[in-house]
Formats: sequence, structure tokens, C-alpha cells
Amino acid sequence: MLAFVVTTILSFIIYLILTTGSGTDIVILNKDFLSWSFEEIIIGIVLSVIVGIIAKKLFVKKNFRMANPIRWFRFIAFIIGPFFVGMAKANIDVAYRVITGKINPGIVKISPNLKTDLGITMLANSITLTPGTLSVDIDEDKNDLYIHWINVKKEALKKKPVDCKYICGQFPRWIRRIAE
Amino acid sequence: MLSEIVDIIVYILLAIGVFFNLLAGLGLLRFPDVYTRLHAGTKCTTFGAIFICGSIILLGLKMWFQGSSDGSVLAIHTAGALIAILITNPTGAHAIARAAHRSGVKPVGAVVDDLEGKPARKSAPMKKGADK
Amino acid sequence: MIEIEPIYLTVLGLLILSITLCIIRVFKGPTAPDRVVGLDTINTLVIVGMLVFGIATRSVIYIDVAIVYALLSYISTLFIAKYLEGGEF
Repeated sequence: MLAFVVTTILSFIIYLILTTGSGTDIVILNKDFLSWSFEEIIIGIVLSVIVGIIAKKLFVKKNFRMANPIRWFRFIAFIIGPFFVGMAKANIDVAYRVITGKINPGIVKISPNLKTDLGITMLANSITLTPGTLSVDIDEDKNDLYIHWINVKKEALKKKPVDCKYICGQFPRWIRRIAE
Repeated sequence: MLSEIVDIIVYILLAIGVFFNLLAGLGLLRFPDVYTRLHAGTKCTTFGAIFICGSIILLGLKMWFQGSSDGSVLAIHTAGALIAILITNPTGAHAIARAAHRSGVKPVGAVVDDLEGKPARKSAPMKKGADK
Repeated sequence: MIEIEPIYLTVLGLLILSITLCIIRVFKGPTAPDRVVGLDTINTLVIVGMLVFGIATRSVIYIDVAIVYALLSYISTLFIAKYLEGGEF
């Protein structure tokens, strides 16, 4: 029941954000900024109840740890801080390799020791967008990731699986605090 | 005065975004195999999209402060489109890379390939009730 | 006749140039995954072009279409990848 309520409220908020400025029946702050008409509100309630019935088992798995707002602030800090710096470095790196054509590729295996599905998804997406790496495959039993690395360093290959600090820096520590 | 400064910032952001989008097309032509092309195609388009969306959001906020009612709606919807791009783009790249490796494309000039020779794992077993 | 400022016309022209480079890759690509990479990049560039066109004509409808196009192109990419992999749907 709680899963249904959480899913319905979240989808209703997304509907309200996407239809703001549709009418002037309900005005909160300003006539142009936060205003809706009655028809949009009614259709939004009906649609979000339908979405809540269908998607409650997919959206909420075991517990409600992501409902904690501290985790969302940490997530926003992660996006603005280390993630954006990593993306800027990644693009300068790709520009250098496009112009000079020097590559030294390989596929390596890392084991980041994350347990939850959400955490491993966030780590894989972060790895894809940060310098020189692209996640290719996943070992679902142990949550190990296979990474395509565009510039393999010699000293990283001595130990298998490869140490996380060469691939993704401090990202597993951040994600463990956000999603576990 | 302030509006001219905002205009100059918007032009600079648009120029950076278009430069990275052009770099994506160039990298797609120059790199030798699928995986390195995915590097260029995913990272550069996502980064360029962030800058172009940032310039559009800035312009929408400027229109809103000048009294046009479309500006706030424009900014909010552009932020929604940016979130959609940020979530879907790396996931699609991951799907293409996995499909390429399972359909037998080898990385060109690879010095190490840990995934080599592992049997392709069968897709997760369907629930028994699903195929009745 | 729609009037567009020249800066946006320049941006749209450069985006079309980038799309042309991707189309060359789609026609040349030796294997099927190469062509899919080209199509995926074209999808993202078309979304960005829709956003720029929306702000150039000051109309919100192009940006709504861009959101829907982003989600649908993602689903189509996932289906093509699943087909190349040869698994069951």
C-alpha cells in the first residue's frame, strides 16, 4: 500500500511539473510560473493512480531508503562536484585522442563491491561518462563490471581484478553513501 | 546592460556545445572500431547537450524576467529534456556495447581482454507463467 | 515565413554538418553495431536541434516533442541491441 502511495505521489508531481502554466484556475506564486487549470489536475490524478497501480512493484523493491532527503542532497552534490569535473576531463581527453589518433585499448574487469541494483546502475552510468572508460558487461552474481578502457596503463594490469582507483577514482565511495 | 552580458554568456555556451557535437561526428569517422566510436559518440554528445540546454535555460529565465509568460515553461521543459538525455544516453551506449561483444566484434588492437572466451550468459530465465 | 536570428541558423547548420558525418558512418560502417552507433548519435543530435529550434521560434511545443523523441529513441536503441544480441524478448 505504501509503495502504491509513493509511486502515485511521485508521478503526480512529475505531471504537475510538465503541465505548469496551463491555466489560471489554481495559482500558487505567480500567474506565469506555478498555475494549473482544474482539468489538468483531474486528468493528472486519474493518470497517476493508473501508473501507481501498474508500476508499484517495479518502482519500489524492498525498503524505502531512497525516501531520505539527505541522500538526494548527496546525489546533487555528487552530480555538480566530482561527476561534472570528470565529464569535462573526459571530453578534453576524447578531443585529444580524436586529433592525434593514439589509442591503446583493452577490456578489464573491476569489482567495486556494491550490493544494490541502483548503486551498480549509477556506477555504470558514471563510468561511461567519465574519462576513457565504457562499461560493456556485468557479472550479475558478484556485481563485477567489465570495462572497455581506451588507454590501458601497464602498472594497473599486475593485479586482477584491476584496482578501482585506476578506472573510477573515488566514485564507489560516493555511491555507497548515496544508494546503500 | 545586464541583458547584453546574458546574451554574450548564451553565445559562449552555444559555441562550446556545438564544438563538442561536431567533435562527436568527427570522432565517429576517425576511430577504428565500435567501442572507441561509442566513446566519442556518447561522451561528446552528452556534454554538448548539457551546454546547449544550459544556454536555453538561461535564455528562458531572461525572457521570464523581461515579462514574457513563455519563458518559465520553456526553461522547465528544457530541464526535463536534459534529464531525459542524461539518463538514457549512457544506458543505450552500454546496451550497444554489450550487444556488439556478444555478437562477436573484437576490440581492434586490444592489449588485454578479460571478457574474451567467457560463454555468453543466457538471458535471465523467464518466469514459468509467462510463456503459457 | 518564420524569422530566425542568424546565430541560431549557424548553430543549426553546424548540427546538420555533424549529422552528415554520422550518416557517412552509417553508410560505411563495416558491421551492424557500427551503424547502430551512428543512428544513436543522430538521435541525440536531432533532440538538441529540436531544442535549439524551439528557443529560436519561442514555441514550447518543439521541446515537448523533444522529450518524447528522447524516450522513444532510447527504447528503439534498446530493441535493436537486444535483436543484435540474439536473445529472447
